Amino acid sequence: MISAAPVAAPSMGADILFWVCAVFAVLGAIGMITFRKAVHSALSVAFTMVNLAVLYVAMSAPFLGMVQVIVYTGAVMMLFVFVMMIVGVDASDSLVETIRGQRWAALVLAVAFCALLIGAIVNGQQGAESVGLDAANSVDGGNVQGIAHLIFTRYIVAFEVTSALLITAALGAMMLTHRERHSPKVGQEIRSRLRFSSGVHPGNLPAAGSYSRHNAVDTPALLPDGTPVAESVPGSLMARGSERAVNITNEQETRIISEGDSVISDDQGFEQLRGGENE
Amino acid sequence: MTTTHYVVLSAVLFSLGVIGVLIRRNAIVVFMCVEMMLNASNLAFVAFSVQHGNLDGQTIAFFVMVVAAAEVVVGLAIIMMIYRTRRSASVDEPSLLKY
Repeated sequence: MISAAPVAAPSMGADILFWVCAVFAVLGAIGMITFRKAVHSALSVAFTMVNLAVLYVAMSAPFLGMVQVIVYTGAVMMLFVFVMMIVGVDASDSLVETIRGQRWAALVLAVAFCALLIGAIVNGQQGAESVGLDAANSVDGGNVQGIAHLIFTRYIVAFEVTSALLITAALGAMMLTHRERHSPKVGQEIRSRLRFSSGVHPGNLPAAGSYSRHNAVDTPALLPDGTPVAESVPGSLMARGSERAVNITNEQETRIISEGDSVISDDQGFEQLRGGENE
Repeated sequence: MTTTHYVVLSAVLFSLGVIGVLIRRNAIVVFMCVEMMLNASNLAFVAFSVQHGNLDGQTIAFFVMVVAAAEVVVGLAIIMMIYRTRRSASVDEPSLLKY
């Protein structure tokens, strides 16, 4: 059924290499379809492409093998993963079928298509002789030189058109992803102006307990002239009225606590601190 | 190994790409399946180039790779645009033309 014309030098090693790489490539392709997360799919596609590169090198096409690794697994899959990171890594497929029975129909159709292709290939390849690339590769002194010879002679027009295509693709990608700015860009200077012109204190306030007798969080900080800073006590403590007065002495505080009263007294500094909101 | 083995492998990979394009919903994954189909065709080109003993097939495979790279750039840019306007990369979402 399968014609016996060998592609490369017929050896056991080439057979083993083919079967290992072919099985891995097909497994990678199945993984691409079945993995629910897009990043896993991308990884298995990259795996398949590396295996195809090995097969190219085994088929005495080292240039294409290298290009496959560099362009496909290096650049193209990198770009895929890059876009995936922007679009959202966790965006996995929905399990809902939009068209009823579409998955099974697709599976049946693809299997039938594959069977058709394989039948046609096997039928068409019967008795076909394989020439091998050794002669073609040695004409110009190597595989790379041979491909270069073809590209710059017979396929020179296609090559030139390809360059136009690449430039158009780069321009198109820039045009498509470019976003027009609707408002002027807020730079460092404008942000600085906004910060200082609003009149709000621009720096950090002293933390609670700074320059005070206590370093507890309910003790307001003292300014250099001795007045307490109300903003240095957390807002919830202020609302509950449980901030510590700073102007009472240690003995007074000890007495208040021992008498069972709250630490808060109607001290003058404390009234100043509360801003007279209880009155 | 014979050419037939390689071309049958190429046909299998192409069919797996077809299945992926038909059943996956994520636009990026669909795009990766298209890339898989291009790779399968490249494999067939190289296998036939070996069978016929000239380098034209490899040159064509090279051009296919270049066109695939250009196609990926523009396609991913389009996916990015659709994602920006619709906040989704699903191929079921852009159905505005129906109404």
